[in-house]
Order: sequence, then C-alpha cells, then structure tokens
Amino acid sequence: MSDQIHIPVLRLGQTYKSLDTTELDSDGKPIQVSVANPGIIRRDLLDIERSVAALQAIPCETLADYCEKAADLFLNGDLPWGAGDEMQSPEDYAAALSLSTGLPHSLCRLNMGKVYEAMANIRAILSGLTRSMPLSLFDDGFVNQNGLDVNFFPQTKSLGVLLPSNSPGVNSLWLPAPVLKIPVILKPGREDPFTPFRIIQAMITAGFPAEAFGFYPTTHEGGNTLLFETGRGVAFGSDKTVKQYAPYRSIQVHGSGRSKVLIGDDFADNWEADVDTIVQSISANGGRSCINASGVLVPKNRDEIAHAIAKKLAAIVPLERTDPDATVCGFSNPDFAKAIDEMIEDHLKTPGAIDLTAQYREGPRLVEKWGQTFLSPTLILCDDKDHPLANTEFMFPFASIVEVPQNEMLDTIGETLVVSAFTSNQEWAVDLMTSTNIERLNIGPYPTNRVQWEQPHEGNIFEFLYRRRALQGDLVTLEK
Amino acid sequence: MSSTLTIEEANEARDARVREIIKWHFSPETGCDYWLDWASKADWNPLEEVQSFADILKFDHFDDETLRKEMPERFIPKAYEGRPYNVFETGGTTGMPKQRIGWDDYKHDYEEFSNHYGDDFFPKGTNWLMVGPTGPRRLRLAIEHLAAHRGGSCYFIDLDPRWVKRLIKMGEIPMAKAYQEHVIDQASAILRHRNISCMFTTPKLLESLAERMSLVKAGLKGVFAGGTTMTPQYVRFINEEVLEGQINFAPTYGNTLMGLAISKKLVPEDNYSLTYYAPEPRAVLRVVNPDNADELVDYDEYGRVELTTLTKEFFVPRFLERDEAIRRRPCDEFSWDGVGDVRPFQSGSKTVIEGVY
Repeated sequence: MSDQIHIPVLRLGQTYKSLDTTELDSDGKPIQVSVANPGIIRRDLLDIERSVAALQAIPCETLADYCEKAADLFLNGDLPWGAGDEMQSPEDYAAALSLSTGLPHSLCRLNMGKVYEAMANIRAILSGLTRSMPLSLFDDGFVNQNGLDVNFFPQTKSLGVLLPSNSPGVNSLWLPAPVLKIPVILKPGREDPFTPFRIIQAMITAGFPAEAFGFYPTTHEGGNTLLFETGRGVAFGSDKTVKQYAPYRSIQVHGSGRSKVLIGDDFADNWEADVDTIVQSISANGGRSCINASGVLVPKNRDEIAHAIAKKLAAIVPLERTDPDATVCGFSNPDFAKAIDEMIEDHLKTPGAIDLTAQYREGPRLVEKWGQTFLSPTLILCDDKDHPLANTEFMFPFASIVEVPQNEMLDTIGETLVVSAFTSNQEWAVDLMTSTNIERLNIGPYPTNRVQWEQPHEGNIFEFLYRRRALQGDLVTLEK
Repeated sequence: MSSTLTIEEANEARDARVREIIKWHFSPETGCDYWLDWASKADWNPLEEVQSFADILKFDHFDDETLRKEMPERFIPKAYEGRPYNVFETGGTTGMPKQRIGWDDYKHDYEEFSNHYGDDFFPKGTNWLMVGPTGPRRLRLAIEHLAAHRGGSCYFIDLDPRWVKRLIKMGEIPMAKAYQEHVIDQASAILRHRNISCMFTTPKLLESLAERMSLVKAGLKGVFAGGTTMTPQYVRFINEEVLEGQINFAPTYGNTLMGLAISKKLVPEDNYSLTYYAPEPRAVLRVVNPDNADELVDYDEYGRVELTTLTKEFFVPRFLERDEAIRRRPCDEFSWDGVGDVRPFQSGSKTVIEGVY
C-alpha cells in the first residue's frame, strides 16, 4: 500500500503518472492528482481510431448492459482509488468529494444517486434521445423504420468534455457517449476528479474497453486543446465561458441556467400549495445547478408569496458537512463566497430591491463555521424586472422574485435553461412551447430540477454526436 | 566541453571580467554615448568604485524600456565606431520593439554553446533546420552561425510571433492554429525532402511537428530548443514521446540581452528538472529575493532572475527578467550558480500567459 493516493491520467487505456501534480485536501492519505500537459492529449488523439475500433467491436446492446452493470458498481462497489491497488468504497468517495468540493455528504450521496439513475436508465435515455430507434443502429449504421432505411453516422471520433467541480451529477450528461460508441476525453474540474474517475472505473470493470476513456486533469490550455482537438466538445462554465466558445459549432457550452419559476394567472391565488415546490427549485442540490431556479415571476400577490418563500428558505441553515440533514454547500474557495456576498450587498444599494430572507434569518448571509464558508439561502424582493439582482445567478440558493403580468413574462425572461410554468392555461402553454428562449419546459407545478430520463437535457447529445444522411440502395443484400 | 575552472577561479574570472568591461564602457576612448552620459550625471564613478562583481550592486536595475526609447546608435562603443552592426529585436513584443545592437557576441555565444556538445550530439558536417521567429532576431543569424561552425548549412522556416499574439488577442484561435499549421507544413516539407540532422525550434512547434511525423524516422539526431517554460513533466514528455527517447535534446534559456544559458546534462536524480547556467563571465544570472533584489535567495529556493551582461558590445547591469527560478548550486559542468525550473515571474501565484508559439 502506498502512503498516498495518486489519481493518474488515463490515456485511452494507459495509466500515466505525470510529474506535474496538484494536491487535494484529505482527511486521510494525501491525494495527489496528475496534471497532463496539453501535448499528451493531442498525441493520444492521434491514436483515437484504436479507441473507436475497441467500442465498435462490441454490440451496442452489450454496451448498454455494461452501463447498467456499471451503475451498481458506481453506487455500491469498491473501485480503484487511483494508480495504485488501493480500493475506494462508496463512503470513501463521498467523503473525499465532500471535503474537496464543500458539498455536504448528503448532497454527495444525492449526486451519486443521480449518476446511478442515469447509468441504470441508459436504455430509456437512449430511447428518448434517438426517438426509440433500435440500438442496432450503432452496430449496423442504419435501421429500417416504418419501411424506410435510416442512416446516422458519427460526426466525430471523440467527445471532449470540460467538467465543472460544483455539481457531480453533471457527469450524467456524457454517459451516453461511450454507449453510442464515441470515446470520451474528459477534463475533470479541479476539485472533483473523483466522480469521472469513479464512473470510468465502474464502466471499465463492467466491461467497457479501457481505450474508450481519456481522463486528463489539465491546465486551462489543456482544456482548450481538448475542446478544439476532439471533433465535438462540451464545456460548462460561466457567461464568460459561453461567450468564449459560442462561435464554434463543434462546441456545446452550458453556462448559467437562469432557470425560472413562472406562476400563471390561474395559479397566483392558490400559491400556498406550491411554496415547497418553489423552495425546492431554488435550493435543491445546494442551489449549485444550472437547473436551480434563480428567478420567480408572479403576476400578483408578490409580497405574500415572497414572504412565504423567504421564511422557508431562511429555515435552511448551514450545517456541518457530515450532518445528514446538511443541504447548504460550503465554498471550496472562501474568497469566492466573500466576493459574491459583497457583490449582492453592492447591488442592494441600487434602490428597488431588498433581501427578504434577512428578515427571517438569524445572522448574516455569509457564515463561517466548522472550517467552512457558506452563503445562506437568499431571496431578493425586486420592484423592477431590470434591477441588477432580478435576473442573475449565483452558486448557492439564491433567487429574486418580481411581479410581471403573465402576458409580459416571456418577453422578460431572456435565455433560460429551465422554465417551470405553473399553469393550466392552454393558450399560454402554447406560447411557452413556441418560445425560443426556453431550453427545457415544465408545464404545471413541477420543480425546475425535475428529471425525466426520456427527455434531453440542454440539447440532444445523440444529435450532437451523430447526423442523419440520405441512404438509398440495396441494403438488403449487405452481408453481416 | 565543461568549464575547467574551480568555483574560486570562476569567481576570480568574473571579477576580472567586471573590471575589464567597466573600464571599456566608462572610458571616453572606448565607451558608448549612453553609458558615458549616464556616468557624467551619476554621483559616483564606476571606474573607481566597481572592482568586483559584488560592486555591480551599486548600479540600479537596468530598465529595458531604455531599449525602446534610446536610439540604437547611442550604444555603439567608441572603439567600434565605423563598423557596421546588426540591430536585433526581442521576440514577441508588439508596438515599438526593444532593440540592441551587436557585432560578434552572438558568434561567441553560439560557438561556446557548440563547443559544449560533442561531435555526435549535433553531428558535425550535417544540415540544420530552424523553425521559429527569424526576421529582426539575433537567433536567426546565431543558428546559421552555429550550423556553419559545425560544418553544416541551415534551412529556415519563419514564424512571426507578433502576428500570433495579435491573433490570440483578437480571439482568432482557429486562425492562430491555421498559421501554426502553415508553419508546420513548410517544416515537414523541408524535413521530408532535405537531409536534416539537427534542428532549432520552440518546444511547442517541436510538439506539433512530431504530431505530423516521427522525428526519428525523419533522421533528426539533435534538437536545440528554448523560448518557453519547460516543467519537469514537459521535459519528460519531449524526451520520451516527442523525441522518442532517441534524439539528443538541448534545452536552453536565453534572450537577446543575455545570449544562451546551457542546461546541464540531466541525470536520473534530476527527475527531468532543468538547470541552466549563464555563459559566464560574459553574462551572469543571479536568483534574487523579489522584495529585495540586493539579496540572493538560498539555494533550492525560488526567486526572481536577474541578468548582468558583460561584453564589450553591450553592458546591462542587473536587469530583472520577467522570470523566476530556483537557485541551484554549481555542478560538474559549470562552476557557478544555475537557475532551475524557470517559469514566468509570479506564475506560482497568478495566471500568466506565455509561450504562444
């Protein structure tokens, strides 16, 4: 047994310990993470055909079986920690992730559950993405649907993904790729190399070829290399990240969600029943996801609704990471929390907005306890939809509430990842469904973080990776 | 060829060089207008007060903006008046460039570099390829001289780093990449169709070239590279993968003001950590406390790199480089301090963008 844990680079089947490393906080043995220089990524991609061939040799149905098996291994199994022969239990994983990212143990487990669900439900997900095409499509290149030969071909030999540190569940987005026979090239977030590494180990143990996975903790330059050198890239980040990569069609960027709850006229008088759903939308997963609501738009009764939400949000208080009831995340960089807090206070100097949760909360928004820095859930009551805090997003349970007439809401929201529209009004539902600003739409009193496996999340990864082409000819004569 | 001096002898040689160069640059018969004017306004006399390298500390740090503002002619030593000279510019600077003039310094630097390596390291009598910034840079003439000194000729592929910087500033990443490919296309063509055994290029271009072809199969025997930070991991990668463990590699640290600092031969205990040694006594590198540059840092500690150039063509006292490094001890090959694991100044604490090509 080594006296430290070393999380290596995975070079499409080869484990590689870099001489450049970073250290992560640890309660036990020191944890060291290899840092790949960008050239390594480029050189490995020269040999990507080998990875494609390794996946191509396995029927897609079998890969889906492997993925389902990997789900259980990820959730319950002992899997390699890193380069040595030391094994990581699910408890080890959750504890390391919690310490490094500031996520409470409870949320680590919640996110583990999310990843598990995505792996276990891979068939439902693929069916949703492909609109129920048989998986043999990925073995034969075509399927016959309703008498028509349908051919899809891969647009890339690999998918590069720049992962964040703040939300382990996000890893579920790339999971379909290796099942669809596209090797993945992953750059983990600095504080969370654990999740993608554990998923990869689970998938390899379940039967996936190791050549299908590239795992490259790397620099900013390495991240760019990964996005530009793979044929298709996915990045997560801020508005700045979105702006940086927006011009490139081969890169899909997931930025701030600015997800919102819109309460329709028909629900505005009976709002009491939906307060918990709104609070869940704002605060689930520590408020760190892009699918958390950061805005609530109501057509009337703003103050009553706001006070009810604020009271419930203020009751969610920071607890120690190990407390099973903890749901507020500490910041791995305390300066970041302080900067956000100062920014909010600065914006509150602009007239027309108050921190309503401050009336119900004991103590300030910024909490330093148990060696961690937290930001307590915050609801800002805004008089004006154009107030600087009315349509913004932070990495903690934060939302604004504004009164906007229902018929003006769609012109107000701007680009929004998830809209939960609390309404039964068919006419408005049509308007919502034809809005170009909404990426994911829940009609009815559903939380913004609701997941339905058959529905795509922020774009359809199958359509990002594959493209249909016209196929005509004597396909029946093709020999297998 | 390693230095044959003991540490004491190297110290004496440095002090003697200081006396010789101070006398040269501050005497009206031999000195240049810039330093003679400076001395006429100074409240101390270097000719009297500088007798050893330790006395160089009496000078303030040389401000390299001077090389932008002053006309190059003001640096012509009186003794060289009438001799045509070269004007050299620094690498990737945009706007008004920094310039220095020179005659034979680059030849001395590169002959010494050449003599440090055996006949087989860069096989004598074979041809060279330089892929990198040519134009107004000293490097272009220096590499050609190096090739000639070893009995060969040199092919050149130019890369304009100022254009690359501008492309990156404009956010034109694909265009910068296309330009790099254009450079690599040309280099590949030369390597395929001409007999080349030795090459100078930047590490990044070397990587790109090796992504196109096996440099071993292309016939390369020795590669000389410099220009960007090389971490131990990067050096290992270049050695093991880019050069396939079969091509001699000479990493260097240098610039237009200093010349060329050679890296000591790597041994397993180095774990790929590079240490460079200045071409003493023509140039001296010190690793100093960033908060008090009069003090050296301890051995094995990081500090800011300070350069003093002591040639008859050019005198630069105590120029603070935009780099930091670990102060390393003298070694078998060099009898004076070295600078290890050089990286941009303060890159350990803030993000620094460097090495665009």
